[in-house]
Amino acid sequence: MIHLRLERRETTPAWLQIALPILAVLAALILCSFLVSLAGAPVLDAYSELFLSTFQTPYDVQDTLVKASPLLWTGLAVAVAFRAKFWNIGAEGQLMAGAMAAGYIGERTFLPGITLVPLMILGAAAAGALWALIPALLKVKLKVDDVVTTLLFNSIMLYGVMALLEGPWKDPKTGYPNSPVIETAAQFPILAGDTLHLGVPISLIAAIFIWWLMDRTTTGFSIKAVGANPRAAAYAGFSVNRVLVTAALVSGALAGLAGAGEVGGVRYQVTSDLSSGYGYAGIVIATLADLNPLGVIPAALFFAMIMNGADAMSRDTGVPVYLANVIQGVALLTMVAGRLFAVYRLRITRQVSHG
Amino acid sequence: MAETIFHLLDIGFFAALLRIATPLLLATMGELIAERSGVLNLGIEGTMLLGAMTGFTAAYFTGNLWLGVVAALATGALIGLLMALLTVVLGVSQHVSGIGTTLLTTGLAFFLYRMIFGQPAVPPNVVAFAPLPLPVLSSIPILGPIVFNQTAITYLALLSVPLTWFILHRTRWGLNLRTVGENPRAADTAGVSVWSMRIQALVISGALMGLGGSYLTIAQFNAFTFGVISGRGWVCIALVVFGQWLPWRCAGGVLLFAMIEALQLRLQANNTLNIPYEVFLMLPFVMTILAMALVSRNAHAPASLLIPFRKEER
Repeated sequence: MIHLRLERRETTPAWLQIALPILAVLAALILCSFLVSLAGAPVLDAYSELFLSTFQTPYDVQDTLVKASPLLWTGLAVAVAFRAKFWNIGAEGQLMAGAMAAGYIGERTFLPGITLVPLMILGAAAAGALWALIPALLKVKLKVDDVVTTLLFNSIMLYGVMALLEGPWKDPKTGYPNSPVIETAAQFPILAGDTLHLGVPISLIAAIFIWWLMDRTTTGFSIKAVGANPRAAAYAGFSVNRVLVTAALVSGALAGLAGAGEVGGVRYQVTSDLSSGYGYAGIVIATLADLNPLGVIPAALFFAMIMNGADAMSRDTGVPVYLANVIQGVALLTMVAGRLFAVYRLRITRQVSHG
Repeated sequence: MAETIFHLLDIGFFAALLRIATPLLLATMGELIAERSGVLNLGIEGTMLLGAMTGFTAAYFTGNLWLGVVAALATGALIGLLMALLTVVLGVSQHVSGIGTTLLTTGLAFFLYRMIFGQPAVPPNVVAFAPLPLPVLSSIPILGPIVFNQTAITYLALLSVPLTWFILHRTRWGLNLRTVGENPRAADTAGVSVWSMRIQALVISGALMGLGGSYLTIAQFNAFTFGVISGRGWVCIALVVFGQWLPWRCAGGVLLFAMIEALQLRLQANNTLNIPYEVFLMLPFVMTILAMALVSRNAHAPASLLIPFRKEER
C-alpha cells in the first residue's frame, strides 16, 4: 500500500521561500482563468491586458507606482502586527484615521505652508497608531479578541468619516460629501511625471526601515519573540503586553501613513471611498511576503498592477473589474496552503500489508 | 426623552426587531457550531454575501423563492467545505483562511453579479417572501403580530436556536462536537473522528450563513446590493463571544443587537436633531465592542479553538 504522509522539514530551502509566492500567484491566476472564460473572454487576451496595460507607457508605470504606495504601507502594517500575532485586520480603518488627520491638518490656513506636509505625515501616523491602540489596549487589559475589535473598528471609522463628511466637514464649495480641498502648500510635491508624489519614495524607504527595525533592533526581536512564543518571551524578560502594544502602534502608524499619501498625494481631500480595500489587500500582500518587509515591495507592486490592470482589462474585454478582488482572495488561500510545503514535505512510503 | 422612546416601542418596532435579528440568528448559530468544533469561521462575512447573491439570482431566474433558499444553503455549504479543506485537512491558519475566504467570496459575489446582470439603472428585483401568518397563533394579542406574522425564514431562524441548543447539548453528536472543540486528542482516543466532526460543523455553519445572507435579498428586501451585508457577519463573530459560546445567550445577544439596530432606525426616521444618519449606523458597532469589553474577561472559548489537529503529531 502506498501512503502519503506529511513530514516536518528541518529547514526550508531558500529557493522554496522565493518560489512559493510566485507559484501561489500562478496557481491563483490559473484558477481565476475559469472565471475569465466564464465571462466570455479569451483568457490570454484578458491576462495580457491585465498586466501589460500597467507598464506600457511612462504614465502607466507612474500610476502603478502610485497605486503600490498605499498597498506597501498597509502590507507593512499587517506584516509587523502579524509578526507579534496581533491580528490587526483593521488597517482599513487606521488608513482612514490617518487620512482624516492629514486632511484636517492640510487645510489649516494658520500653519506656515512649509510645515504642512511634515505635520500631515506625523499627524496621520499618530492618528493611525491611536486607532490601533484602542483594540490593542482592549486586548491586553480586558482580553477582548483583537480580530473582532479591529474588524468592527473599520465599520465604526467608515461610518464616522461618512457622518463627518455629510455633516460638519462637508465641502462648502461643492456641497458634495467630501472634505474641503487641502492647501496648495499641503499637496505632496510631484517628483516625476504628473502623478508620482513624495509619498511613493517615502513608502519605499519605510519598507527598508521596517526591515531594519524588525531584523536589526531589539524592538524587532522582541516583536518576533512574542509572536513566536509569548510564554518563552515572557520568561526571557520581555513584557508581552508592552511588546503587543508597540507592535500595534507601529502597525497602526504605517496604515495611517497610507491615508496621508492618498490625501496629500492623490486626492487632496478626504472622501469616504478613499481606500479601495487597501487595508484588506495589505493582509494578502503581507502573507505573500511571508511577513518579510522587503518581500512586501514586490508583492505590493504585483497587486498594484492587478488593481490598475483590471480597469483596462474590463474596458477592453468586458470581464468584470472585480476579477482583481477574486485574484486577491485566491492568492491569499493558495499562499497559505502552499506554505505548508515550506514547513512539511510530502513523503510517499510503501507499506507491506500484513496478512 | 423617555416618553419619545416609549412612543417608539410599538408592535411594529418589535416586528422589525425580529426581521433584523433573522439573518443574525442564522449566521450566529452557524458561527457558534463552527467555533464549538474548534474552528473560527472568519469566512462568515463573505459567505453571507455570496449566499445573498446566489439566493437572489436563483430566485430571480426560476421565479421560485424556495429555490433561492436552496441555492443559498448550497453556496454556504460549499464555502464551508472550502474552509474545511483549508483549516481542517491542511490545518493552516484559521485567521488567514477565513479572511482569504471572505475576500474570495466577496470578490466572487461582485464578479458574478456584474457578469450576470451588468450595470442596469434599476437593480433587478424579485417578489420577496410575504409574511406567513400562522393560524391561531397570529391572533394572540401583541405576541401574534410580532412573532407569528413573519416570513418563513424568520420562523426557521427562531427555530434554529432551540434546535442548535438541543443538538449541541442533548445529543451524542453534539457532545462529540463539543469534545472535539475542547479536547480533540480525547475525542480521537474515544474513536470520534476529529476531522469528520469539524468538516460537518463547517458545512452546517456555512449553510446557515448562506441562508442568513439570502434572507436579506429575498425576504427583508427584494434585490441584491454590494453593501447588503456591510459588517453583519463580523458582528455575529462578536455576538458568539458575547454569548459565551452558548446558544441561548448568543440568541439573547442577537436580540439585544437587533433592538439597538431597530432603535437606531426609528431614531433615524424621527431625526429631529439633524444628526447624519451614519452616526446611527455606527451606534450598534460601538455597543457591540462595549458589550464584548464587559464580558470578555470571563469568556471561555472552546479550548482547542484555532488549533489544527494532526493525528500523527503529539
